[in-house]
Amino acid sequence: MAEIDRPDLLSNYARSLGIEVSGFEDGVPVLCVSGIDAIEGRPGHFHGGATSGLLETAGYAALRVALSENGEDAQLKPINITVQFLAAAKKAPLFAKARITKLGRRSANVTVEAWQEERDRPRASAVMNVMIQRIEPGDS
Amino acid sequence: MEKQTSPQESPHRDPSAVFDPAAASPFLFAGGHPGWLGLAYRAHGEDWTELTLPWREDLVGDDVRRVIASGPIFSMLDMGGGMAIWTREKRFVPVATLDMRVDYQRPAGEKADVIARCECFRTTRSAAFVRGIAHDGDPDDPVATMAAVYMTIGNASGGAAKNG
Repeated sequence: MAEIDRPDLLSNYARSLGIEVSGFEDGVPVLCVSGIDAIEGRPGHFHGGATSGLLETAGYAALRVALSENGEDAQLKPINITVQFLAAAKKAPLFAKARITKLGRRSANVTVEAWQEERDRPRASAVMNVMIQRIEPGDS
Repeated sequence: MEKQTSPQESPHRDPSAVFDPAAASPFLFAGGHPGWLGLAYRAHGEDWTELTLPWREDLVGDDVRRVIASGPIFSMLDMGGGMAIWTREKRFVPVATLDMRVDYQRPAGEKADVIARCECFRTTRSAAFVRGIAHDGDPDDPVATMAAVYMTIGNASGGAAKNG
């Protein structure tokens, strides 16, 4: 795994928000954002928008890794996202990891969970549909 | 990224005050995630608010096109939804987003500011229902549509806003 040339997993937006790739589990990227001011909503807690940004970025990152492992290059575009806010996320490191439930020719369906100290007590989850526009090697 | 601190005095957290989104915006958008995004107040009515998200290089989500990413649009719609609830209720009540869905119809224009218009169309004792759109100039040609349910936190009837 370590030898594979990994695709860029973070957008400008994700990097600017402070999102980092904290590691890989079974080849799936685990993303993290720490409790910085840029994520704060009500005092001491994550803003729902920041939590959603992490979830969405983790979904894209998992797709980019999966496509890269298939030797495919593709442009990803959002179709939709539904976020469930399960518990308030404290202003502390928040992690997220996605599961690709379907990787089709034109779209993918991805579920994502975000957690803090207790992995089995997620703070938020998301389902997203993503448009996939594959770039053939000959295309310019 | 510049650090911004939340103001100590936040008029919108006074439970007795009538919530005025125009007056509260400088405080709501002073720091934290809304401040980082650079959200700005645009307009409001009885039960709706409009916010603006100015285009910025570091909010771009695509290597190819210089358009605002979907994440900041989600954040703005979430924020605008909460403010639409307080505008309709005419007071600040602590709320938490329970479930929110955004459908992205098309990318925003290159280097375009994005506008969110959110309407709270129904409130119950413990829940508030919001729908909204994001557009980049023409509300009839939205970038995204949203639907969300918010829950009031704590003692909603008392309007205790201390932990908002």
